[in-house]
Amino acid sequence: MMDLRPRSHPTYLAFLVHRISGLLLALFLPLHFWALGSALRGEEALEGFLRWTDQPLVKAAEFGLVVLLAAHLAGGLRVLALEFLGWRRRQKDLVALSAGLSLAVGLLFLLDVL
Amino acid sequence: MPTPERGATLEVSIWRGGAEGAMRTYQVPARENQTVLDIVTYIQRELDPSLAYRFACRVGMCGSCAMTVNGRARWTCRTHASRVVGPDGKLELRPLANLPVIRDLATDMAPFFDKWAKAGGRFQPKDAKDGAVPEEFAVVPPTSKQRREADAGIECIGCGVCYASCDVVAWNPDYLGPAALNRAWTLVNDVRDGARAERMEAVAGDAGCHSCHSTQSCTERCPKQLDPSASIAGLKRKLFWDTLLGRRG
Ligand code: SF4
Ligand code: SF4
Ligand code: FES
Repeated sequence: MMDLRPRSHPTYLAFLVHRISGLLLALFLPLHFWALGSALRGEEALEGFLRWTDQPLVKAAEFGLVVLLAAHLAGGLRVLALEFLGWRRRQKDLVALSAGLSLAVGLLFLLDVL
Repeated sequence: MPTPERGATLEVSIWRGGAEGAMRTYQVPARENQTVLDIVTYIQRELDPSLAYRFACRVGMCGSCAMTVNGRARWTCRTHASRVVGPDGKLELRPLANLPVIRDLATDMAPFFDKWAKAGGRFQPKDAKDGAVPEEFAVVPPTSKQRREADAGIECIGCGVCYASCDVVAWNPDYLGPAALNRAWTLVNDVRDGARAERMEAVAGDAGCHSCHSTQSCTERCPKQLDPSASIAGLKRKLFWDTLLGRRG
């Protein structure tokens, strides 16, 4: 088992969230392209797919997806700020800010779809 | 940990052996004022003279006393026991991670310092080749941007805490690591130095600054409160613009 004690600090968590959200998004991409592809195949196929996405479970998954996307975006902004703007220790606040931001975006989406 | 009662003891488990070995436990009297290094010294002087560990200055200047304390790399001479011993009175000491273990708590620091050399960690006076003393004093305004960047990283004591805390060092044995790169960035900003171009090439690429994942464990753990991760970001930024604008030779 990996020892978590050396890694228990906010920016390590930020790194993990960035990495894992990236991997999960990559897994989702094929599905996304498949959906777009079905639009090309005709209205019916797309309709079927869209009906499927109306199920509550799929809706919940979509919410997760938007949070993932927002988290990954925020993580990317964090790294860009560190590397291009030369932000130093203040980054900790930035981590909290990105977490809050991604959650807010997710919640907004949730409000919209309900 | 609250102030220990009279006669209280700490249960200190310590790594004994080299790459292969096992933990051994010692009972050490708890004192109101003791550092982790005091505890190790007590064990070696009173309980087990065969215990190997390293220290010199005991005041946080030499960088030789770092160990893994309850799973986290720390300088031990300036870590008060009360900050790390849990309410159960237990303390776990291991050698620094990411370095070969010589014996017990002493690691071989050679790979760490070899990487400083690889990262161009040696000052090369611009106007006095071969390390000769320059004729004139260089005037470096304390408020200049470069001077401030250099100042920010100069107090490194070479303790290896950041190196032991960095996952990328564990994943990629060639990675130069936070301390060496912090040193390189300090020298890149030293206007008296004449080896900037070579140094920038030395820190570019897979074993250099581009491997850093910005987890900032190094910054989090550095006992001198330096920010190696910001230095690495500085190197990345400089390489980015130098490459984009065709300034790399
Ligand atoms: S910020 Fe970079 S150098 Fe520092 S611990 Fe993380 S990966 Fe290592
Ligand atoms: S940067 Fe900090 S943690 Fe790393 S070797 Fe220097 S003093 Fe130690
Ligand atoms: S003994 Fe010198 S820094 Fe700890």
